[in-house]
Amino acid sequence: MATPQSTVEGAAPRVPLFYDPRVRGIAYQVLVFAGLVALIYWIIGNTSANLQRANIASGFDFLQGRAGFDIGDSLVEYSSDSTYGRALFVGFLNTLRVAIIGILTATIIGFIIGIGRLSKNWLINRICLVYVEVFRNIPPLLVIFFWYFGVLSVLPSPRESIDLPLGSYLNSRGLYFPRFLWGEGAWLVLLGLVLGLVFAFFVRRWAHKRQMTTGEQFPVFWTSAGLIVGLPLLAFIVTGLPLSFEFPALSTFNLQGGIQVRPEFLALYLALSFYTAAFIAEIVRAGVLGVSHGQSEAAQALGLRSGQSMRLVIIPQALRIIIPPLTSQYLNLTKNSSLAVAIGYPDLVATGGTTLNQTGQAIEVVAIWLVVYLGLSLGTAALMNWYNARMALVER
Amino acid sequence: MQEHDLSFVRAEMVANQAPPVSDHGPVSWLRKNLFANFTDTIFTIFGIALIVMIVPPLIQWAFIDAQWNGSDRSVCATVVQGGVRPEGWSGACWAFVDAKFQQFMFGRYPMDERWRVYLTGFLFVGLLVPLLVPSVPRKGLNAILLFVVFPIIGFFLLTGGAFGLRPVPTPLWGGLLVTLVLAYVGIAVSFPLGILLALGRRSQMPVVKLVCVVFIETIRGVPLITILFMASVMLPLFLPPGTTFDKLLRALVGVALFASAYMAEVIRGGLQAIPKGQYEGADALGLSFWKKMNLIVLPQAIKLVIPGIVNTFIGLFKDTSLVYIIGMFDLLGAVRQNFADANWASPQTPITGLVFAGFVFWLFCFGMSRYSIFMERRLDTGHKR
Amino acid sequence: MKNFVKALLGSAAVAMFAVPASAATLDDVKAKGHVQCGVNTGLIGFSAPDDQGNWKGLDVDFCRAVAAAIFDDPEAVQFTPLSAKDRFTALQSGEVDVLSRNTTWTISRDTALGLNFAGVTYYDGQGFMINAKKLQGINSALQLSGAAVCVQAGTTTELNLADYFKANNMEYSPVVFEKFEEVNAAYDAGRCDVYTTDQSGLYAVRLNLTNPDDHIVLPEIISKEPLGPVVRHGDDQWLDIVKWVYYALVNAEELGVSQANLEEKMNSDNPEVRRLLGTEDGSKLGTDLGLTNDFAVRAIKHVGNYGEIFERNVGADSPLKISRGINALWTKGGLQYGMPIR
Repeated sequence: MATPQSTVEGAAPRVPLFYDPRVRGIAYQVLVFAGLVALIYWIIGNTSANLQRANIASGFDFLQGRAGFDIGDSLVEYSSDSTYGRALFVGFLNTLRVAIIGILTATIIGFIIGIGRLSKNWLINRICLVYVEVFRNIPPLLVIFFWYFGVLSVLPSPRESIDLPLGSYLNSRGLYFPRFLWGEGAWLVLLGLVLGLVFAFFVRRWAHKRQMTTGEQFPVFWTSAGLIVGLPLLAFIVTGLPLSFEFPALSTFNLQGGIQVRPEFLALYLALSFYTAAFIAEIVRAGVLGVSHGQSEAAQALGLRSGQSMRLVIIPQALRIIIPPLTSQYLNLTKNSSLAVAIGYPDLVATGGTTLNQTGQAIEVVAIWLVVYLGLSLGTAALMNWYNARMALVER
Repeated sequence: MQEHDLSFVRAEMVANQAPPVSDHGPVSWLRKNLFANFTDTIFTIFGIALIVMIVPPLIQWAFIDAQWNGSDRSVCATVVQGGVRPEGWSGACWAFVDAKFQQFMFGRYPMDERWRVYLTGFLFVGLLVPLLVPSVPRKGLNAILLFVVFPIIGFFLLTGGAFGLRPVPTPLWGGLLVTLVLAYVGIAVSFPLGILLALGRRSQMPVVKLVCVVFIETIRGVPLITILFMASVMLPLFLPPGTTFDKLLRALVGVALFASAYMAEVIRGGLQAIPKGQYEGADALGLSFWKKMNLIVLPQAIKLVIPGIVNTFIGLFKDTSLVYIIGMFDLLGAVRQNFADANWASPQTPITGLVFAGFVFWLFCFGMSRYSIFMERRLDTGHKR
Repeated sequence: MKNFVKALLGSAAVAMFAVPASAATLDDVKAKGHVQCGVNTGLIGFSAPDDQGNWKGLDVDFCRAVAAAIFDDPEAVQFTPLSAKDRFTALQSGEVDVLSRNTTWTISRDTALGLNFAGVTYYDGQGFMINAKKLQGINSALQLSGAAVCVQAGTTTELNLADYFKANNMEYSPVVFEKFEEVNAAYDAGRCDVYTTDQSGLYAVRLNLTNPDDHIVLPEIISKEPLGPVVRHGDDQWLDIVKWVYYALVNAEELGVSQANLEEKMNSDNPEVRRLLGTEDGSKLGTDLGLTNDFAVRAIKHVGNYGEIFERNVGADSPLKISRGINALWTKGGLQYGMPIR
């Protein structure tokens, strides 16, 4: 009679230590951790032994050395006398440049194609579908080659350049623009622009507040446009038109002067934009389709025109669905820009490769690549997450 | 008393009339779909202009003006360039693709051993097709054959060195063969590895979770070519002196690890979408962790993310082309390598080769995406309204 | 769990594919059964695959000679095509045993990169090529200011180019590609005015252009480019083997030993020939090297002497038709000088 009592009163039946999930979990983790540490230790040991055996110096001192090679496309001052560190920096800026401009263009094309996929117009719908299906299913490297060889084989030599309006030229060496040469007092124009932007911002805030309280509308768009364009224009006229142009002109080999956009950049930029746009189009389409039908019906019931209902009702809601996948497309574009190496655009991977080849510092250069791309990825992700948080549905 | 005087009672229905001409037939279709209103008409005209600008020149180039056969560059070069074509000629040089077709498919795989590649290919198709057609029974056995038995047979068939087969070292492989090997192994490895990583990322154990998160985010944060570069030239630096790996194997490891990180994120999305009740239900039944996952959670989670999985596969298939940058000759690499052949150097050769490579890649990727749409519809067991 | 599986897979993979670790390259090579040789991805005359995919060229033949000296089989060699960028990393990491890829001997490569050059199989110099039809009136490199120049990344060529234009106060716009084929394609497509690389390379490239006759090589040579085979630093025995295979080939030419008359020379009583061919009584020259005494015989039997290799690949018997020039034997006014085998 008394014996069962004790089993009920005692704690749960004793489980062997091995079957206790908590103990097991800790054991697994210790095992994983130990294995990982051992692996890393082993790799570092091997690497340093290998480096020593091959007599390769390690460390980042090489960044101070004279690079000795030239880079065709550079946003900052660079010559063969600059350091390797500078060369890598030039490559980094080139990566950023193609990524940023590419992202902007891809977004614009992507939205146009995405909306086109939803068009009731059968022809437009089909054209957009073909675009998406073609570009989505071809490797980006091929798209880059297409653009590069396509662009190169169609364009004429410098002596037979195609004349474009405004003193621009197009030939197999790239696209040439006149360069703006700002004269005395040009800073006033810049000041005008900044002031215009600041005023426009305050006007918008004021108008919004007024509309909220009184319901009266104010032509914000036109006022802002007037301020942003008008103020710099006024400064420009007042200071006596301090602007002249340097036009590209033919010399022995190429066009000299002006701004040159090289075909490597053009090909990479166009390829990345067109390729990524196909993915963005599908994301936009899915986003718009994801907004429930009742929303557009309600917008119609309120008497909004189709453009208005798109702009004020559908798109803001669709953006919530669109932004997360859009972020990963932006990251993909940035990472795909490393394919530049195949057509000789001097991005980070290309200049890093040359540096690596000359100094033999493979581990250091690859470490720089990894850190920079990880940084870019995390940075973009953080920015887009912030934007996403702003756009997200505010729930009570 | 009132009686309705029913002087006419209709006993039969009037025959259906055809809808008015303005509402059916080609004219009305045109009006509805192309010329509904003023803007629509403008768009349509714009679209037609676009098609007229692109399509006829393309057909002209690819078919009408194209050169279909020939034995060297002269058939694809103009007179000035040392060929037979008139000045200003522009057409696809399919003769180049025709002459190099074997190289594009097999690389430098020895001629008299190519039956092994064919055999492997037939085995693969023979196992894959029944697996893809839903009505064919015995899926489990089929999958085991394709993903366990076939790789072993394929490995020995392709590399040789056993059962009296001549060894064919992987540097001789090339073309579509390498592309497909990379894609197959990448898919076969990244799927289970991706599931493990996804489970690890959702694990309660902080160390396991951290390891998985760091692995996934690092790989996803860097471009594939840096990973391929590390795998192809730096891996031996990390290993004991003298250890060497096959170059193809290293590229395979790089591609598979890269794809598995993306796969993990897709599958994690599916895992998150499974309601908590499912997990709790499985726990209440007393299932172990692996049984819970295998029988309850994963079947539902994976079904949810099939489009994402196939997209990852398509991405992986496209990414195999990057091995060209690390000096391997997959389909794109083989095509590009042959541009250097003096026997075929002409202005039309590169673009023709690229169009051909692009078309092959497109066929595979498009096929995969169509199949995924088909499967999605089939497996759609009514979650959508 | 997962990591355990990964570790298991990893170790299985290592067990399956890895070759046992060892410091001596010769032992590794013997265990593998072949020499792993890094070559150019496609430079006619030096290393390029032909229609059947067999590698041909001077650099390739040198690797075959090394393989023949070790295994008595010129096919006991596998080629790894390498871009200029990857070549040193591949050698350092052990990916290839010998790098025979028209590589210029410089001090920094010998020291900081941890490499050892075994000799100079081809003395070259950097030159310029232009399209004479499009750019009439240009006949000197000093007229090239403002030109767009196509060049391969990560080469000494790229550095010499920068130095040359800087020294002469000229400007240029570099168009840089990783792979040799890409530079060729870009030049042929008119992307740049000037192509610069080693002169032998220019002649090879010209053969592959759409209109070879339109292009001329300018007379200036702006650099010294001694090209030769490279091995890893730290394995003296392997360095000796590669070095002496090369000297044996040059000595064979000096002594008039060729593929054709090898049988007959085996019975020669010229002591120098006997030492070279290892027929001297009690000779230990080959075994001291870690090979057999007839290592030179093996190399010459399968590949020929230096002169034969030269003529077959880049000289009179090849489409390149490059004259021996400074690559002639020292006895004929050139620089090829075989160190005495004794």
